[in-house]
Amino acid sequence: MSRKIRVLIAKPGLDGHDRGAKVIARALRDAGFEVIYTGLRQTPEMIAEAALQEDVDVVGLSILSGAHMTLLPRVVEELRKRRLDDVLVIAGGIIPEEDVPALKAAGIWEVFGPGTSTEAIVRFICDHFGIGPEDLKTVGESIAL
Amino acid sequence: MPDLQALFESAREGDRRSLARLLSQLEEGGETAAQLSALLFPYTGNAHVIGITGPPGSGKSTLLNALTRAYRERGETVGIIAVDPSSPFTGGALLGDRIRMQDVAGDPGVFIRSMATRGSLGGLARAAREIIRALDAVGFQRIMVETVGAGQVEVDIAQAADTVIVIQAPGLGDEIQAIKAGILEIADILVVNKADREGAAATLHILQSMLSLSQPAVIRHHGQAMTIQGVKSSREGWTPPILQTVALSGRGVSELMEAIERHRAYLEESGEGEARRRRRIAEELAALARERLWARVVHQVGRARLDGLVDQLLRREIDLHTAVERLLE
Ligand code: B12
Ligand SMILES: Nc1nc2c(ncn2[C@@H]2O[C@H](COP(=O)(O)OP(=O)(O)O)[C@@H](O)[C@H]2O)c(=O)[nH]1
Ligand SMILES: [Mg+2]
Repeated sequence: MSRKIRVLIAKPGLDGHDRGAKVIARALRDAGFEVIYTGLRQTPEMIAEAALQEDVDVVGLSILSGAHMTLLPRVVEELRKRRLDDVLVIAGGIIPEEDVPALKAAGIWEVFGPGTSTEAIVRFICDHFGIGPEDLKTVGESIAL
Repeated sequence: MPDLQALFESAREGDRRSLARLLSQLEEGGETAAQLSALLFPYTGNAHVIGITGPPGSGKSTLLNALTRAYRERGETVGIIAVDPSSPFTGGALLGDRIRMQDVAGDPGVFIRSMATRGSLGGLARAAREIIRALDAVGFQRIMVETVGAGQVEVDIAQAADTVIVIQAPGLGDEIQAIKAGILEIADILVVNKADREGAAATLHILQSMLSLSQPAVIRHHGQAMTIQGVKSSREGWTPPILQTVALSGRGVSELMEAIERHRAYLEESGEGEARRRRRIAEELAALARERLWARVVHQVGRARLDGLVDQLLRREIDLHTAVERLLE
């Protein structure tokens, strides 16, 4: 795999809980991903538009406000409207166990709750793309030698 | 090849997904990038390219957001490239410039692309130029490039711009460390942002002293009198103006736009614009040719022989010039 994996970390909704999103953004950077972080208060349209312009492989959504059942499926919908069907969409935050099946049916591939180790998240993304975590840490070619 | 043609045409017709894919291909480099670059080259040369560089936290992204809003009010389309460093250890990067560009991020007349510096520095400058050209070819009228003003790469990328804005702000730590002479020399316009903050007047004073004086100036630095050297402006007929802005409120942005227009007019009237375009494309040609020639040499000579020569150099059995002669034999 030569292309760097690009990940958009976004926080839909109007609340200010951005700690988890920032922790995940930094952890994924340290694992070797190119992470685009768009900050607080993103609408599903804004998230999908950023995913499109940045041509990301993964969209990671952080949501602790309780509005996940309405907001997360709408993000998937907006992505599909833009023909971004092959983007891996994952989510984390405060999401009750019983809501997970419905979210998965709506197109969220996996949900990571509080206390998830970042290794588990990295491994999930790598498995999806059929690579190992060590493949991420390819630092570009050094001058032709 | 027909696929690439279709991709480019679709991007030119305004399909943003095609444009995004095209930019990724260009960033990736290699044969596909070369083919795309050739396809779009005839359509380039129309946009006005503005480079914005300066230390982290000085307000580059915020100012870009304000400028973009103002250009949009005048009906112009804007392409933005925001470059941030990759970690040299993991190759990962955290690209956060979009946070400050929310006002314009959803606007159909604006396209924002974040770029990591990735591994090789020469490669970045090349990819950034390809991406500037692609945004130009699909019709964006203004293209703005944000880079952290820290080193040679930033200077290289800034030099891909028609108009280079160097931005400083008070309160970023040691003012003198933050203002590097090398970066001042590439400035067409200087901006002291965060003019609402304490210390803005002092930052302005330091810039004025560094820029206008051929003699050293004495300033107060951490309460002590200190001498700083002046920087000679390398441009005939253009003295970089120093402006103050508050990017958050938009104060000073219309003055900045006027300065940008004045500079653009100066470029055309003085012939400097033509001279720069010529220098730029010649440099790019040379860089690309060097790279290709080197790749050919490595391919023909082979890794083993190359390593052998390096060993001999280390043992001082041959000198560098002799080694080059052997490579080119
Ligand atoms: C800290 C906190 C705050 C801080 C937020 C600071 C900040 N900048 O983030 C402050 C004090 C501001 C705050 C305010 C409020 N809060 Co609060 N807050 C919390 C608290 C205690 C911890 C959240 C946190 O930061 N955890 C640490 C991070 C690292 O963990 P995390 O976000 O869960 O992330 C992990 C995983 O979830 C996952 N993950 C998260 N995001 C993502 C994304 C991806 C892509 C992936 C793969 C994984 C992933 O990985 C992370 C690492 O394991 C939680 C309770 C709790 N225990 O979670 C309540 C909580 C989230 N808050 C709550 C509420 C109600 C509020 C307020 C409305 C309270 C009020 N009435 O004023 C206000 C809202 C204000 C506003 N404008 O938004 C409720 C939400 C209820 C709900 N969902 O129905 C909670 C659940 C508390 C509760 N039990 O009632 N809060
Ligand atoms: N007070 C003040 N803060 C500003 C101004 N411009 C930007 N900022 C803030 O400075 C911080 C860094 O801005 P950013 O645009 O991200 O800087 P960059 O790193 O140079 O791109 C942000 O918190 C901005 O809100 C300004 O004119 N005045
Ligand atoms: Mg920035």
